[in-house]
Formats: sequence, structure tokens, C-alpha cells
Amino acid sequence: MANIKRSPWLLHYDGSSCNGCDIEVLASLTPVYDAERFGVMNTGDPLQADILLITGGINTQNRDVVKQLYKQMPRPKVVVAVGVCACTGGVFKDCYNILGGADEVVPVDIYVPGCAARPQAIIDGIIQAVELFQQRSEEHDRLVRDMKAWGKRKPKAES
Amino acid sequence: MDREKTERLETNRSIEGKRSVIPFGPQHPVLPEPIHIDLVIEDETVLEAIPSVGFIHRGLESLAAKRDFNQLIYVAERTCGICSFQHGMGYAEAVEHVFGIEIPIRARFLRTIWAELGRMHSHLLWLGLLADGFGYENLFYQCWRIREKVLDLQEATTGGRLIFSVNCIGGVIKDIPEELLKKILASIAEVEEELKVLQKTFMEDYTVRSRLSGVGILTRQQVHELGCAGPVARASGVSCDMRITGYGAYPELDFEPVTASEGDAYARCDCRLREVFQSIDLLRQAIGRMPAEKDLSTPVKGNPEGEYFMRVEQPRGEAVYYVKGTGKPMLERFRIRTPTFANLPGLCEMLKNTKLSDVGLLVLTIDPCVSCTER
Ligand code: SF4
Repeated sequence: MANIKRSPWLLHYDGSSCNGCDIEVLASLTPVYDAERFGVMNTGDPLQADILLITGGINTQNRDVVKQLYKQMPRPKVVVAVGVCACTGGVFKDCYNILGGADEVVPVDIYVPGCAARPQAIIDGIIQAVELFQQRSEEHDRLVRDMKAWGKRKPKAES
Repeated sequence: MDREKTERLETNRSIEGKRSVIPFGPQHPVLPEPIHIDLVIEDETVLEAIPSVGFIHRGLESLAAKRDFNQLIYVAERTCGICSFQHGMGYAEAVEHVFGIEIPIRARFLRTIWAELGRMHSHLLWLGLLADGFGYENLFYQCWRIREKVLDLQEATTGGRLIFSVNCIGGVIKDIPEELLKKILASIAEVEEELKVLQKTFMEDYTVRSRLSGVGILTRQQVHELGCAGPVARASGVSCDMRITGYGAYPELDFEPVTASEGDAYARCDCRLREVFQSIDLLRQAIGRMPAEKDLSTPVKGNPEGEYFMRVEQPRGEAVYYVKGTGKPMLERFRIRTPTFANLPGLCEMLKNTKLSDVGLLVLTIDPCVSCTER
């Protein structure tokens, strides 16, 4: 399994974005930019997603939604914050309902700057996320293998 | 045996008569944005739709107390990334009215050109989402491919694909040079040709017709009572278009509001399609009649004092901007009323007595822009 390249699935969640970054994420998935040529696929289901793209900052309403989405995704997982809103809160940082960037509630691996983030930048972020995902899944596989080996050895040691 | 049968029949009947509530959203495949609607259904038919909003509330209007009136223009633009230019323009015109200044004519034409480009890209985006809603993925991609041409024009003229930041209080900060104007004309001619091909699919395809026509009907009377705006109102035969009130360079251009009479999903699609062609026509007129002028903005002195209501026709309908200044650099109050908010009562009305499978499509037909609505 370790040598197989993965094709991670993307999940996009709109935090409290102004739509600008949202539609740029969508645009980078359409054939003009076509992020899918790097082996990713868009999905709407967190249970099958590997990479979470968050646009927009975190507010009191969606804090739990984002946390839950992250929890529902299977391990290993990668989080990409798209746009300055998702990175830090952006122009809305001082609003009473904005708690800050996505890293307030989930660990963010890759930050894509821009307001609105350009499709080229988003694709760059996705490629980095794919590489990171590959790395993490190899680590994950190794861990599982080690645990299995350890599990097999254990009864022998006892007997 | 017989008793068993009758019992089963009875339980079936009581299940049939039951109502259930199905939540629609906040994360739903047809919408990129979170909106939540509770649907009360009986069998397959929707009896009532109860919307709840607030997932992307940021509290943007409160920034009026923290940013001065010049900076607030950048916040106003970020109310929504799709119609961002028009938000900035609506806010700027409101403040200009408070100051009581006239902006240079060329600036008014430039604003109109950008506003119409924005309308084109917004409608093309919507047409794509609608096509995706009824399962035509290819058509969705085609619409977005054409839309990229408009985005390229926006980027070439302003530097930003979606958020331009070219407005300032008193005018605009950038000019469009002659060769770019020519490029706009050439590009919109291409868009026109390509959209005509797609128009055929949208308007004449048998599947699309049977999916869209006759569903989600709003009568003229209902539109009046519920106060719908924009293409939703125009598709029911109410000719309300705020561009007629004469802001920007619209008084110098010839146009008629695009209307249809059926009031169903098909008519709303038809209206938006024809509005793209109308925008192309308006762009040609505006570029043809734009005067050469050096001045792009009128300088403002002091701080705004007074209040004003500005009405702007956004791609989704009428938006209202209210500003109130008290002679300080910070405005006392800044308020936006967005078209989606006006169309939500209409949506709840049209969802009544429709099939559950049509709900996703009907929500799309009002072209909901949740981040404007919740700000
Ligand atoms: S970064 Fe800019 S474009 Fe993106 S969601 Fe925030 S305000 Fe909108």
C-alpha cells in the first residue's frame, strides 16, 4: 500500500466568507482551471473527504459545524484555509461575530492568501495539500503496519 | 388473515396522513452557501417552508463604527463577492449624496461598465448553477467557461477578478484605456455568440422545459404583496428595475426592463438569460457614448453629515443602502437591505405545494446570495 499514490477527496465548507473565495474555489474545480487533473475530487460528504477547504472566518454559529466536519473526516486529514478571512479573519476581524481564522477551531496545515484568493493560488494550495496527504497516509500506513505486527507478536510472547 | 390485512391497511393510512419535517441545508450540494430551510411535508408535497438564517452573519455593518467612511468602502465591497462592485458603488453613491457632490461623467460611465460586467458574470454563474441543479453538468461547465471571459475583462480593467476596489468616494480611481475598451467590445461579442448557442439549450431543450415550466409559480399579485425584487419580480410581469431611477450613467442609456409574464422557474431563467444580452447591449452603448475626460473623481472635504437612502439594481434585485453621518469620520449608521432578503418570503410562498424533488431547484431560482443577506 505504501507505494500507491492516493487520490484525495475535497470537501469545501463556506464558513462566513463573502462568497468571493467560495466561487473561486468552485472556479478552480471547473475545466478552465481544473484542479481535478491533480487527482483530487470534489465531494459533499465529510465521511469520505480527505482534504477540507475552509473559506471565510469562524463565527459563533458555525464554530461547532466546522469542528464537527473535521471530526467526521477519516484520518489522515489535511485542512486548507482559503483566503485571508479563513487565515486570520481578514477585513472582518474586528466584527463582533467573528472569532478569527479557521485555526481558532481546527488545526490548519496550509494557508492560501488572497482576497479573493486566485484560482492559481488555490490550486497551489491543493497541490501542497495532496503531497502532505500522501506523506501523512504513508505514516499512517506504517503506524497501522507496526501496530499489527506488534499485535501478532504479543500473544506469542505471552505463551 | 383478513384481520391482518385490514390492520396493515390502517397503519398505512395513518402513515400517509402524517406530516414530517425535513431539514434542507445548511450544507447542501445545490448551494455553495449555507442556508437552512425546514420543510413540512406530507407524502411528497411540501406544505410549508420555514427558513432560518444566520450561518454567515459577520456583523459587517458594525464596522461603520470602527472604520472611517473612506475605508468602509472596502468593507462594503466585501459584503458579497459576486456583486461586490455594485455594493461598493451603492455605498459610494449614498455617501456622495450626503456630501451633495456631482461625480465626473466619465466616472459615472466607468461605474456603469463595471456594474454591467458584474451583472453578466453573476447571471452566467447562476445559469451554470441552475444547469447543475437539473443535472446538466456539461452545460454548467460551458456557462462557467464563458463566464471566465468576463472575469478576464474585469481583471484586465481593474486588477481583481472578483473584488475590484476601484471605487472611491467621489468617483473611481482607475480609468479604462482605449485599447481595453476595444478588447471589451471584442470579448462581449464572443460571449454573445457563445451564449446564443447555450440559450437554445436552456429555452428549447425538452428536458429543461419540462423540469422548469409550471413549477414555483408566483403571480403578479403575490409578487406585489410579498415585495419580491429583481428578476423574480420581473419574471411575474412586474417591471421594477432600479436602474430606471437614474444613478450611474443609466439616464444616458436606452433600455427597457426585461420582463416575462408566466412567473414560473422557466420565466425566471428566461429573464436572466435575456438580461445578459441586455447587459451586452448596455455595455456597447456605454462604451460608445463615454466622453473623454481627465478627471475621474471629485475630491471631498470634511466629514459626511446627513443621511441618505440609495437604491441600486443588483443582479439579484433591488438593494438599499442607508448611511447616516454626524460630521465625524465614522458613520453613525450603515445599513444594507439586500435583494435575497426581499425574495425569501416569495421563496417560501412558491415552495408551498411543490414536490420535494423540486425544492433544490426552486431555491436556486431566486438566486439566493446568503452572504449578502446575513452580512
Ligand atoms: S478573503 Fe476576501 S474574498 Fe475571500 S471571503 Fe474573505 S473578504 Fe471574501
